[in-house]
Amino acid sequence: MSDFINFFLSRSNQIGNLTLQHIELTIVAVIAAIVIGVPIGIIITRFRRLSKYIIGLANVVQAIPSLALMGFLIPLFGIGSTPAIVMVFLYSLLPIIKNTFTGITNIDSEILEAGRGMGMTNSQLLRLIELPLSLPVIMAGIRIAAVTAVGLMTIAAFIGAGGLGYMIFTGIQMYNTQMVLAGAIPAAILALIIDFIIEKIEIKVTPKGIRK
Amino acid sequence: MIEFKDVKKSYNDGKEIIKGINFTINSGELFVLIGPSGCGKTTTLKMINRLIEPTSGKILIDGKDITKGDPIELRRNIGYVIQQTGLFPNMTIGQNIEIVPYLKKWPQQKRRERTMELLRLVGMDPEEFINRYPNELSGGQKQRIGVIRALAANPDVILMDEPFSALDPITRNQLQDELFDLQQKLNKTIVFVTHDMDEALKLGDRICIMKDGNIIQLDTPEEILKNPAHGFVENFIGKNRIWSNPDYIKAEDIMINSPVKANPKRTVLQAIEIMKSNKVDSILVVDGNEKLLGIATSKDMSKKDGNKKLEEIMETNVITAYNDETISEILKIMDEKGIGLLPIINKEKRLVGLITKSSLITVFSKLYS
Repeated sequence: MSDFINFFLSRSNQIGNLTLQHIELTIVAVIAAIVIGVPIGIIITRFRRLSKYIIGLANVVQAIPSLALMGFLIPLFGIGSTPAIVMVFLYSLLPIIKNTFTGITNIDSEILEAGRGMGMTNSQLLRLIELPLSLPVIMAGIRIAAVTAVGLMTIAAFIGAGGLGYMIFTGIQMYNTQMVLAGAIPAAILALIIDFIIEKIEIKVTPKGIRK
Repeated sequence: MIEFKDVKKSYNDGKEIIKGINFTINSGELFVLIGPSGCGKTTTLKMINRLIEPTSGKILIDGKDITKGDPIELRRNIGYVIQQTGLFPNMTIGQNIEIVPYLKKWPQQKRRERTMELLRLVGMDPEEFINRYPNELSGGQKQRIGVIRALAANPDVILMDEPFSALDPITRNQLQDELFDLQQKLNKTIVFVTHDMDEALKLGDRICIMKDGNIIQLDTPEEILKNPAHGFVENFIGKNRIWSNPDYIKAEDIMINSPVKANPKRTVLQAIEIMKSNKVDSILVVDGNEKLLGIATSKDMSKKDGNKKLEEIMETNVITAYNDETISEILKIMDEKGIGLLPIINKEKRLVGLITKSSLITVFSKLYS
């Protein structure tokens, strides 16, 4: 144990840098997934027939093993951080699209009809009712996506994107358990912290009137 | 004024749910649409604010075809109340009430003032409620908010789709009373959908009974109770429903229309003959203008000289009732005065009928036939 602490302290600078890099990669990928995924989720509530195909497609992507997916991406994006970000982005899409779609479609139809009957346009309906009421569900999707993304991003080191995965893979190759742990433990803690932060945001954005 | 002109609605599968209806809703009236589920009452209501578009026919509001304008603008000028779930749970009570003024871009100051005014109108303290959320309110309070939300932008027409159906009976009664009072004050044109006949009778100026996309009967509550269209309406309102609304039963509805009468110059002997041939034991004495002068019973006549005139022996101090008095008033009079005969007169004091104990029994016995 003390060996590990010594190792950790001696490498603290490197671990710190890798952690920052890891956070950066994850955030970029998840934010991209939010920016693309939420609008897709909204659009398929308007064109219900599309929803089956889009969600099906996202499901298929989710089912591809992560290493294989990265293999597909290398010819397109080369190596480095880009294919890693794209991979995590693709994995994050499903929970975000699905939760956005479910969140909006689960709103009581009478509430929507009240809004429409009072003269709201479609965009007012979205802004004043649909988004506020589905925000907790959308945030839950983002939370799942972000936590999964932290773990997934460790694979990024495979193709030279850096991040905490670097410690893990190097450790494995060198049979150095301490090194593996020095990558895995901060990654796990990072996942927990992100989970905690997004949970707080989730509570914050839930309209007061529908908080349990 | 809202006019429906040969309005039909059918769905893509060809099923016709509104089969060409024509009617007019007058300004300032509370118009009730009622019928069993699937009769088309809600569809009819939603066609007024274009949540549902008719397949053919025309709907005019104040003479203007509603399909000619923008549906969004139309809806903002028509109040809309649905069951209590229609409040937006993410908005405060204040925001809920202000929603249509907000959509109509009223300045904030004016919106707030209007909200306060409306909350006071239904006896809810603005300070206490304006910043609360719908889930903190009781069912009755929520529905009050639903009603005043529809009034916020001061529309002339308000649509109400079974607004009180989810409430418990006591709260429902209370809100019905409040709506009635509100309507007396504000005089809006209200179109009210319900499946509850008691509610319809209590609130409606006129009631439109629908079945299978057709109008079966459209009339005042009183007419519907007295002369229900044969078959469906009778069954729908319950055959003897009128007895639970005794205020609608007037003396003229239960009286004998042609009581046995005689001129005061008739002799007792003649009067006895008239009574005999009509199988009655009393006779009403009227002058040439049908004005009631007195009443003579066989008891009065039995000991009298047969040649005396009726005017000499008749009882002149007769208790009468007007033809538009209700059955409960009639029963009260007969009970308090201990009389078995009650001549009914009209405003001009002319005799129009007679209520006797036995005629009452005949009327009541119909209840159970």
